[in-house]
Amino acid sequence: MNTKIVTSRAPAKPVAKDASMLKQKAMMAAHYDRLTSAPETGAKVASTFVPGNLNELIMCFDLLNNLPEVNAIQSGLRRVSGSFVLEAEKIGHSEDVCTYVKSDIGMMSKGNIAPNGKKFPNPDVLLLSYTGCFTFMKWFELLREQYQCETIMLHTPYMGDGKITKNMIDYMVKQLKDDVIPTLERVSGVKFDIDRLREYLKKSKQAEDDLVAVLQSAKAKPAPIDAYFGGIYYIGPIFGAFRGTDDAIDYYRFLREEIEERRASGQGPVTPDGDMGAEKYRLVVEGPPNYTNFRQFWKMFYDEGAVVVASSYTKVGGVYDFGFRHDSEKPLETLAEYCLGVYTNRSLPMRIDMLTNYINEYAADGLLINSIKSCNSFSAGQLLMMREVEKRTGKPAAFIESDLVDPRYFSAANIKNRLESYFQMIEQKRAGARAAA
Amino acid sequence: MATSLNGSKTTPIVARAQELFEDLSFTSARRWKEAAPGRKVIGYMPIYVPREIIHAAEMLPLGIVGGGDQLEVIHGDAYYQSYICRIPRSTIELGLSGRLDFVDGMLFPSICDVIRNLSGMWKLMFPNVYSRYFDVPQNYRDDIGGNYYINELKELRQDLAGIRGKPITDGEIRRSIELYNENRRLIRDLYAFRAEQPWQAPAADVYLIVRAGLVLPVEEHSAMLRDYLGAARADERPMRDNCRIVLTGAFCEQPPLNLIKSLELSGCYVVDDDLLLVTRWLTADVPIEGDPIENLSLAFLHHSESTAAKYEPNLKEKGQHLVRAVRRSAAEGVIFACPSFCDPALLERPMLQHVLKDAGIPYIAFKYAENSGQMQPIREQAGTFADSIKLWSGA
Repeated sequence: MNTKIVTSRAPAKPVAKDASMLKQKAMMAAHYDRLTSAPETGAKVASTFVPGNLNELIMCFDLLNNLPEVNAIQSGLRRVSGSFVLEAEKIGHSEDVCTYVKSDIGMMSKGNIAPNGKKFPNPDVLLLSYTGCFTFMKWFELLREQYQCETIMLHTPYMGDGKITKNMIDYMVKQLKDDVIPTLERVSGVKFDIDRLREYLKKSKQAEDDLVAVLQSAKAKPAPIDAYFGGIYYIGPIFGAFRGTDDAIDYYRFLREEIEERRASGQGPVTPDGDMGAEKYRLVVEGPPNYTNFRQFWKMFYDEGAVVVASSYTKVGGVYDFGFRHDSEKPLETLAEYCLGVYTNRSLPMRIDMLTNYINEYAADGLLINSIKSCNSFSAGQLLMMREVEKRTGKPAAFIESDLVDPRYFSAANIKNRLESYFQMIEQKRAGARAAA
Repeated sequence: MATSLNGSKTTPIVARAQELFEDLSFTSARRWKEAAPGRKVIGYMPIYVPREIIHAAEMLPLGIVGGGDQLEVIHGDAYYQSYICRIPRSTIELGLSGRLDFVDGMLFPSICDVIRNLSGMWKLMFPNVYSRYFDVPQNYRDDIGGNYYINELKELRQDLAGIRGKPITDGEIRRSIELYNENRRLIRDLYAFRAEQPWQAPAADVYLIVRAGLVLPVEEHSAMLRDYLGAARADERPMRDNCRIVLTGAFCEQPPLNLIKSLELSGCYVVDDDLLLVTRWLTADVPIEGDPIENLSLAFLHHSESTAAKYEPNLKEKGQHLVRAVRRSAAEGVIFACPSFCDPALLERPMLQHVLKDAGIPYIAFKYAENSGQMQPIREQAGTFADSIKLWSGA
C-alpha cells in the first residue's frame, strides 16, 4: 500500500523578510546554481557534513561543497521530505533511524533534484568528517555504495573528558596531512597550498567575529533577534559553503549592522509575520528544530511573546561564543580544534555547562528542549540535562518532542499544549519570586 | 532454563553459567572483590575494551550488557525518551538500584551516540566512580590511528594504575595478554565446534557459557570453556533437520535468552553470531614479545572483528565479513536481529543485505528489545525462513 503524507500548507500570507535574509537567499541560490551546473562547468564536488565542515580546506582544491544535511533541511522546509523518508523506508531503511539520512536517500531515489529544480551532480569525493554524530559514518558508507566514489574518513575523537588533548590534535593533524589532503589533491588535481588555506582562515575569523556579535546581541532586552528560529538563518552561510569567503564576510557585516540597528532602536526580532510584539518570555532552547512545520512551530513562540535568546543548535557547526576562532597561524591544528569543539562532540557535562551559562548570561526565563526522535547524538541524555540545568539555575525547564524532517512526528496540538503549560509555569515562577521579594 | 540434556555432563556447567546470567546483583564479582583487600572491579559496556589492561592491574573486568528481561526498569525510563534503545535505561537502573555499587570504574566504548552520551551521564550521576569514554581509532594506519590508540591505551593504563595505587608493568600486561589469548582461542574452538555440530552445542548453552566470561575472572572462565567443550564433545544428541543460520546485529543490547532458544526451536541452528563480541574481538593471538601496548594496538587495527561500529575504508570489503562467516560456518542464511532504535545495527543492515543479495545468501530481519516477551512472531518468521531454505534453496 502506498501511504501518502500530506502536510497542511501554511497560509499563503507573504513572509516578512529583512534585507539580510534576501541577501542570504541570493547567496544560496547562486551556490545551488554552481552545484547543479557542475557537469557543464567541470567543477568537482565534495560532499561533507555541517559539524566538522572543512570548507576552507575544500576550497583550497577548487571543490564545491555540497552538504546533504542542508539538502535534507531544504526538503523539509519545502515539505517534500516526508515522501523521501517513505521512499527510503520502502527500500529497506528502518523507521527507527535518522530522517536526514532517509530524506537524502529518498531524494536520490527520486532523481536527486536540488531546490532550484535541477539535478544535483554526483559527488567526486565524500569527505566523511566524522564529528559528533555516529550516523555520519553510516550515512556516507551508504552514499559511497550508491556513488562508488572516493571516500575520506576524518575521525574526530569525542571530548568525553571535556578537554582537547595533544593526542587528539596530533591524530587529527596527521590524518589531515597524510590522508585527507593527499586524497583531495588526487581527486581534484589541485596541489595543496597552505598559504591559500591561511587566507581562507583569516576570512573565516572575520565572519566568525560578526556572527558572535549577532548571536550575543540577544543579551539585550528586548532581544533584537530570535537565536533559534532566526538563528537558523544566521548560521546558514557560515555552517555551509561560505565560511572563508568574501561573501560570508559581507553577509555577516551586513547582518551585524542590521541587528545593531534593531538593538539600538529597541526592536525585537523579525518573524515571518513581521516584527514580533512585546517580549514576554526569554528562552534557551536545546536541540534542533522541526523543519517540516518550521513556520507553524515558530509561530507558537512569537504569538505568545516568547523569544529564544540562545540555542545549542546554532553551535552545531561550530562553537564560537567561548572564544574559538579559526587561526591562520596554525592552519591544520585550528581545523582539528574546530572539529573537536562542535557542540555535539562535547560531553554531556560540557553541554550542560553551556546551557547553564546561556541561561545566566542571557537572563533567560528557562530552558526548553526540543527532543528529536531520530537524532540520538542530541537526544540521548537530554532528560538528565534538563534536570541538571533546572537544578543549577533554579529556572523551569520543559520538554517537547518532534523530528527533523519527518512530518509524521510533528504534533502541533501536543507541542502547543506543552508550550502553553510551560509559559504558565514561568508566570507562576515569576509570581512566586515577586511574592518572595 | 538451559537446554542441556538430562544426564549430560554439560548440564551443571550450563546451570552454573545460567546462574551467573540471571544474577543481576553480580554476586560472583562481589565475592571476587571481597576475597582480598584492595581488589577493584571495572565495568565496561559493549562493544570492546582491552580487558588485558584491566586484568594486568589485578582488577576484574566486568561486562555490563544491560538488564535483560528480568530487570524491572523503574528509574531508568525517566532518563530516556521512548525512541531510545533499552540498554542505557536498564544500565542506569542497575546503577541507581545499587546493583553496581561495588564497581570502581566504568568504561563506555565507542559504539554509538547513546552509549557515548551515557558516559557523560555516568560522570554526573555517579561522580565518585571513575568513568571514561573509551575511544578507538577509525583510521587503521599504524602511524596515524595506531599512534593515537597507543596513547589512548597508555592513558587508560595510567588511570588504572592511579586507581590501583601502583604502576602496571609490561610484564603484567604480557601475562594478561597470554591469558586472554588462551580464552579467545577456547571461544574460537567453541564456535568452530558449534559450527561443525550445532546439535551438540545448542545456541542458548553456548551463549550462556560465553556470557559467563563477562563476569568471571578470565582464568576461571577459560576453565569453564574447557570443561564445557569436553563435555559437549562427549554428548550424544540427536541431529535435527534444522537449517543453519548466522545471527547478526545483536552486538550491543542483548536479545532475551528465549529469543535465541526460539530460533532453534523454530528450525534454525545458529552456527555463528555477533553476540558478546568483546570475548573474541581480536581474531588472532596478540604477540607476547615486544611492547605489549603496541601489540594490543596493532591487534585492534589489523586483527579485529568487523562490525557496524567500525568504519570500513574499502568499499569492496564492506559486508564481506558476513559472507565469510556464512561460508566458514556452512550457513544457509542470515538472520538480522537488531535491537529497536539501534543506530549502528539498523543503519548498517541495508548495506549488509545488499552484499548478501549479491552473494545469493537468503536473509530475514526483525527487531527486538532486551525485554521482548512475545516470541511467537519471531518463531513464525524464523520457522518460515527455515522451511523456505529447506524447501527452496538450491541445495
